[in-house]
Amino acid sequence: MLETFDNAWIIAKRELRGYFATPLALVFLTVFVALTGALTFYIGGFFDRGQADLFPFFAYHPWLYLLLVPAVAMRLWAEERKTGTIELLMTLPITPFEAILGKFMAAWAFIGLALILTFPIWITVNVLGSPDNGVILSSYLGSFLMAGAFLAIGSFVSTLTKNQVIAFIIASLICFLFTMSGLELVQNALRAWTPPIFASALSSMSFLSHFQQITRGVLDLPTLIFFVSMIVFWLFATVIAIDQKKAQ
Amino acid sequence: MTDLIEAVGLEKRFGEIKAVDGISLKVAKGEVLGFLGPNGAGKSTTMKMITGFLEPDAGKAAICGVDVFGSPKQAKALFGYVPEGAPSYAEMTPRTFLSFVAEIRGYRGAEIVTRVKHAVERAGLGPVFDQVIDTLSKGYKRRVGLAQAILHDPPVLVMDEPTDGLDPNQKHHVRELISDMSAEKAIIISTHILEEVEAVCSRAIVINRGRIVADGTAEDLMQRMHYHGAVSLKVAADRADAAIKVLSSASNVQSVETLGKPNGHLLLRAIPRHKEMAAAEVAALLRAQNIPVDELYVERGRLDDVFRKITMPEDGGSNA
Repeated sequence: MLETFDNAWIIAKRELRGYFATPLALVFLTVFVALTGALTFYIGGFFDRGQADLFPFFAYHPWLYLLLVPAVAMRLWAEERKTGTIELLMTLPITPFEAILGKFMAAWAFIGLALILTFPIWITVNVLGSPDNGVILSSYLGSFLMAGAFLAIGSFVSTLTKNQVIAFIIASLICFLFTMSGLELVQNALRAWTPPIFASALSSMSFLSHFQQITRGVLDLPTLIFFVSMIVFWLFATVIAIDQKKAQ
Repeated sequence: MTDLIEAVGLEKRFGEIKAVDGISLKVAKGEVLGFLGPNGAGKSTTMKMITGFLEPDAGKAAICGVDVFGSPKQAKALFGYVPEGAPSYAEMTPRTFLSFVAEIRGYRGAEIVTRVKHAVERAGLGPVFDQVIDTLSKGYKRRVGLAQAILHDPPVLVMDEPTDGLDPNQKHHVRELISDMSAEKAIIISTHILEEVEAVCSRAIVINRGRIVADGTAEDLMQRMHYHGAVSLKVAADRADAAIKVLSSASNVQSVETLGKPNGHLLLRAIPRHKEMAAAEVAALLRAQNIPVDELYVERGRLDDVFRKITMPEDGGSNA
């Protein structure tokens, strides 16, 4: 167990260093912070609401992640397969799970860093009023968990192709389905031609409904379990997919 | 335990194509096995199975007696592998890349530095130690792949076309490196460069369409040619007929072949009845008839002819 985390950590360090080897990481962080700010203030109407909370800030996270997380995830395995380094990685004395976990941890930490860099908004709301910082903290945590779930999906999709663009599009699509599945619009369409149990099952897997629970201030166990099991499930799928696809 | 690498009945199918069809091999300590075959013969696939990257449909592989698929982690610690094209992380430098590999291989602290330093010295990477791998020449990139494989001084080395695409000096350097290490290790190198087999390999296996079609030393392989041990000679064109007559009537000669007519000369090759024939004997025969000989040498057989003969039987292996 210790060895697993040790090896995953070595992989994660290498990955993170790789992110910052090009200016791309900085561009990503800048875009993320700028977009969250713009969405909160202009579209979310942060000032107009006259309330000391970060609801308009967190409300846009699922939609931002829809595009930005697959962008981080797309290179995880597609690039290894394309350049052939996967053969090197998989013949080093580590298990595939250690490699997958390491890469996932690096990408997740990177998104975590992006989240942390949005702290000026938290300062702003604390200067302007006295928000419930407990809700803000649990929202941040929920947002981070949701990003992890998106990322795990992206990690899986990234193993299926050598083409990063395809990985990006498919991952966005699957993430989109998981985000939207709770909305009335999708549910109505589903109920028309699927058994009700399927529609409600899919609805219960909606990232959006679970995340909205958290932003309302309810960080309950089922929601936590939901996101964690999503991450575990998709990472497990990644292990299987890597085993099948690595040599092709 | 003398056989450090052992593969038994490896098989791999990709869809309809049987890429590897029952390959078994053993490599002992001190041996350098050349893995020969035309492109697509199954060399890389076999090496991927020996290194545990690819699961075989049937058969098994062991490194130093450790089952590659039963205990992959232990087995993978025992070999160094240079995959085809020697891939490495392009955005890293040799220093950071090799340090990463050292850490994964379980070295910590100062030991990482000494291991990396040693590997860099052996592979001759000194001048580009802190240069981004992406910007390195092909030769240096290849050496990064080599350095990564020898970093932990493994008892077994598996290298997929380690000299492919290198210039003659770089090839020479890589071969020297392999020869230097060969006494202590069991090494497999795949190649389709035949001179490499004579240069570094103690034994060669030729595979074609996923099967082993020949196994032996370079000398063994060359003896497969019908002209192995034949005497080739160059005579003036106007005395050629006389020369052919003399040679054909000699008791030791089975047949005489005409190879070509460069610049008013004729190239002849006398195929011996038995495998041995002294060049002096042929020279004496011709001198007795006053036929001047310009050039005379004993054929050893050429590996590329052997290779063609083995891997393209319908072609029959040309004499040229």
